[in-house]
Amino acid sequence: MGMAGSLTHESIQGPPPPPIEGGWGDGDGGNEGRGSSRRASFTGLWVLLAASTMVFAAFTSAMVVRRGLSDDWASTPKPPILFLNTAVLLLSSAALDMARRALKAGARERFNTWWTTGTVLGFLFLGGQTIAWLQLKDAGVFISTNPSSSFFYVLTACHAFHLLGGLCALLYVDVQALRLRLGPAKRTAIDISAIFWHFLDGLWLYLMVLFYVWG
Amino acid sequence: MSAPAHASAHHAPSGFWRKYVFSLDHKVIGIQYYFLGLFSVFLGMSLSLLMRFHMVNPEAKVSWFAKLWPTAAAGGIMTPELYLSLMTMHGTIMVFFVLTTVPQSGFGNYFLPIQIGAEDMAFPVLNMMSFWTTFLALVVMVSAFFVQGGAPLAGWTAYPPLSGAGRITGPGEGMGQTLWIISIAIFCGASLMGAINFIATTVDLRCKGMKLMRMPLTCWTWLVTAILGLLGFAVLLAAGVLLILDRVAGSSFFLPSGLFISDQIIANHKGGSPLLWQHLFWFFGHPEVYIAILPGMGVTSHLLATFARKPIFGYKAMVYAVLAIGFLGFLVWGHHMFMSGMNPYSAMAFSVLTMCIGVPSAIKTFNWIGTLWGGKIHFTTAMMFALGFVSLFISGGLSGIFLGQPALDLYFHDTYFVVGHFHMIMGVAAIFGMFAGTFYWFPKMFGRMMNETLGKIHFYLTFLGVYGIFTPMHYVGIVGNPRRYSDFSNVEYLAGVIPVHQFMTYCAYVTVAAQIIFVVNLFWSIRKGPKAPVNPWNATSLEWTIPSPPPFDNFAGVHPVVYHGPYEYSVPGVERDFIMQTDAPNPVPAEG
Amino acid sequence: MLLAPVVWILTVVIAYFFAAKTWWFPLPINQHGIAYDEQFTRTLVVTGVIFILAQFALGWVIFRYRDDGGRASHSHGNNKLETLWTSATAVLFLGLVLMGTKIWAGVHFDEPPADAIPVEVLGKQFAWSFRYAGPDGKFGRTELKFINDAGGNPFGIDDKDPAGKDDIVSASLKIPAGKPIKLILHSRDVIHNFFVRELRMKQDIVPGMEIPLSFQADKIGVYEVPCSELCGLGHYQMRTTMQVMSPDDFEKWKQQQLANK
Repeated sequence: MGMAGSLTHESIQGPPPPPIEGGWGDGDGGNEGRGSSRRASFTGLWVLLAASTMVFAAFTSAMVVRRGLSDDWASTPKPPILFLNTAVLLLSSAALDMARRALKAGARERFNTWWTTGTVLGFLFLGGQTIAWLQLKDAGVFISTNPSSSFFYVLTACHAFHLLGGLCALLYVDVQALRLRLGPAKRTAIDISAIFWHFLDGLWLYLMVLFYVWG
Repeated sequence: MSAPAHASAHHAPSGFWRKYVFSLDHKVIGIQYYFLGLFSVFLGMSLSLLMRFHMVNPEAKVSWFAKLWPTAAAGGIMTPELYLSLMTMHGTIMVFFVLTTVPQSGFGNYFLPIQIGAEDMAFPVLNMMSFWTTFLALVVMVSAFFVQGGAPLAGWTAYPPLSGAGRITGPGEGMGQTLWIISIAIFCGASLMGAINFIATTVDLRCKGMKLMRMPLTCWTWLVTAILGLLGFAVLLAAGVLLILDRVAGSSFFLPSGLFISDQIIANHKGGSPLLWQHLFWFFGHPEVYIAILPGMGVTSHLLATFARKPIFGYKAMVYAVLAIGFLGFLVWGHHMFMSGMNPYSAMAFSVLTMCIGVPSAIKTFNWIGTLWGGKIHFTTAMMFALGFVSLFISGGLSGIFLGQPALDLYFHDTYFVVGHFHMIMGVAAIFGMFAGTFYWFPKMFGRMMNETLGKIHFYLTFLGVYGIFTPMHYVGIVGNPRRYSDFSNVEYLAGVIPVHQFMTYCAYVTVAAQIIFVVNLFWSIRKGPKAPVNPWNATSLEWTIPSPPPFDNFAGVHPVVYHGPYEYSVPGVERDFIMQTDAPNPVPAEG
Repeated sequence: MLLAPVVWILTVVIAYFFAAKTWWFPLPINQHGIAYDEQFTRTLVVTGVIFILAQFALGWVIFRYRDDGGRASHSHGNNKLETLWTSATAVLFLGLVLMGTKIWAGVHFDEPPADAIPVEVLGKQFAWSFRYAGPDGKFGRTELKFINDAGGNPFGIDDKDPAGKDDIVSASLKIPAGKPIKLILHSRDVIHNFFVRELRMKQDIVPGMEIPLSFQADKIGVYEVPCSELCGLGHYQMRTTMQVMSPDDFEKWKQQQLANK
């Protein structure tokens, strides 16, 4: 029997490629080169966002069910600093976008300034959240106080945990940028961390609505 | 997000640590997962052996029990709480560290990139982290045996309040249960990393010509399993966080008011819902069943075509069936909760959806038999296990028709009928898929062939053994034998089923003994098996175009190009009875 | 090759024990049980036929299409066949589930008649208690702090509440034959499950919830009630009985309980 064992690596490549029909991921055919790893990174990002969305969807549905079932639900007083934090987070997202625009225009200096601003604002948001938690603690509102406060802590902590991941990415890009190591390969990292950060932004707005309408 | 694989900057590492331990190579990681699963399956199997022994000898004094568990088996007699710990850990280890790990993370890691013509997974660093996180989860899980009170006893489903109220509900419910939840949460993280990698790899790293509808069915099942894992484990992670907060932070997500446990009023919990946990858990738990079985279906489909020398019957129908199972898998979780006190109207909706999911499963079975019809079957050990899978899948699937009806579940819920059903279909059928995969891919993974004679002896003993263990469970289920009982002597009507349990226990001894043959075969063949050729089975997919074992970057820098579907066997007018996926578009016509 | 006869023999042996009913249900003791058994038999016949056909077909293809050195036939499938068996299984499976809905509805949707005898069922680690309202027809108030298992007050009945004075508490369930019964299921610690084989009925008992379960038992006798949801280390010994008595005997038993109070 003619064994494929005789195949050499040259024969694997075979004759010139056939025309490839379009389709999901079939577009430019083949996985060589940087294009595919950039594409894979984006796919990975979308998939990661899907997973995070699922986590928050699970918490939300638990919250809705838990609230609907019980007669012990009492609204948790929300520290007003949350609004300030929201503004800070939105600004940081805007700053990252300005940075990306600057990079597109080729203005490296401006990119560094905006990106650093965005990163610092990100840390500020986390600091603001910490203040919010401390204020709640001083007001005697703990995780076990009420189901509504339990969900407040769980959701904000889970968001903060995501945020920490996002901050690591922003810092990484920032350090690379400040050390002038922003080759084209880093563009993917820039885009991905910015998109992830925008996602956290949207997520936070959603949580704010959730807290003020349901919590 | 870790840095994606760079096609060109891919060099084999030379040091021991980077090569075998913290390797970024998907093949090494696949083998690491495989051996993690092998360790876990033996651990899980040993636990089940102890359980089966105890069920029929509840009074037996065994001196080494006392050495292993000085408190839980004081004097050598296994206590009921120890039995329940063994049961919980058996279920948990088997479901998470075997059924989820080996078919997907093990074989999938090794063969998904090769079968689609990629040099590695999309994110090698993430891949390595995923393995070591799984390893950490296993360590934490096993450590639950060694803490005060021992391993948890609330079952692998960990229903609160039993799992949520702490030490007072049982000995293993202190530290043991906490470690259990932590381990599961870590495992969820690992699985999410794995799922991201699998999806991105399948979507973006397919080689030229590898259209979706040219992927081997194994790749389809790995992709759908990854999607199920992505959505399912995310929810389990959320549920686990809430459960652990109920235990350690005094919240009341799942713990209701009015609890009175061990003569104490539980005043610090109120208003929670035990059913909420069940909904969240089974939203993950049902897809988990398909996570366990889908890759086995993929391997079986792949092998039936290969060894019957026929194209798979209805490739597209198979793909759509897998997608349908994946989709419907998220809509049927409520059938685990017919008796839970949930709304009886929703039970009816869930049961209709459950019957719907039976349809794609039936399609698969018909298509498998259709594939074999008119074939020329080569009875390799790998093929025997694939055929065994089909038989077990039919048997285990049909008992689901009883359990999917809430009306009939009124009697069968939590009886041995259920135990027999799910062991047959997601336990041993999935394990048969793994054995099939092992015998089929071993030559590629280790460059040597396994012993076929030992393989067949192992197959027949295991096949008869598992039928001998799990079929009688259906009979005692009809008698009304409740599950999770450490001893049957307290219920009078169970006197008649004790001989049946003895029979099952003997079958378990034989089956476990047969696994020694497998282990001997595996390790002997790794070292001494005859050298494997590139394509020992005359199969068509890409892994059979490269040396056994493959070089570090799989295709030695060459980018394969695919021209054919994955199951072109016995094509008329072609000399060889198979066309490799990479063969030229117009193969040489047969002479005469 | 050897696999074909092995699959066939296994199929015959497995099917034999289902057909011979070697290990089987006890006889039902009410209409619901009879309807249940009919639905079970229907399902068993359908799945049994599929089981035997499918396993025999598997054995047949293994036997018939073993490799003889020739060439396999080449086919990528058949859409007509595919449609046929997809719709056939869909009809069969859905038909079965729809036929069973009446039984499910009978247990869960039909309101118990107004004269149904209410019995409160309490599950706890690892024992059962049953409470009857007594002559006044009212259950007394309960509170956790009054719970006293050793003193015979597992429900925590407040002895200051006059409605509770005549409540009867029993460790096993006693019911009159032929009368509608309404159980109110409670748990005070973890999830338990109330199961009587002869009734063909089962219901989880969930702490924090009150789950009703109504039925009627027509045949006098004593039936076992094993806990059927994992509840902890004593799960296997959490057992009681349900005694179905003639209505006269039931009245006598109640009077006796009241007299003993």
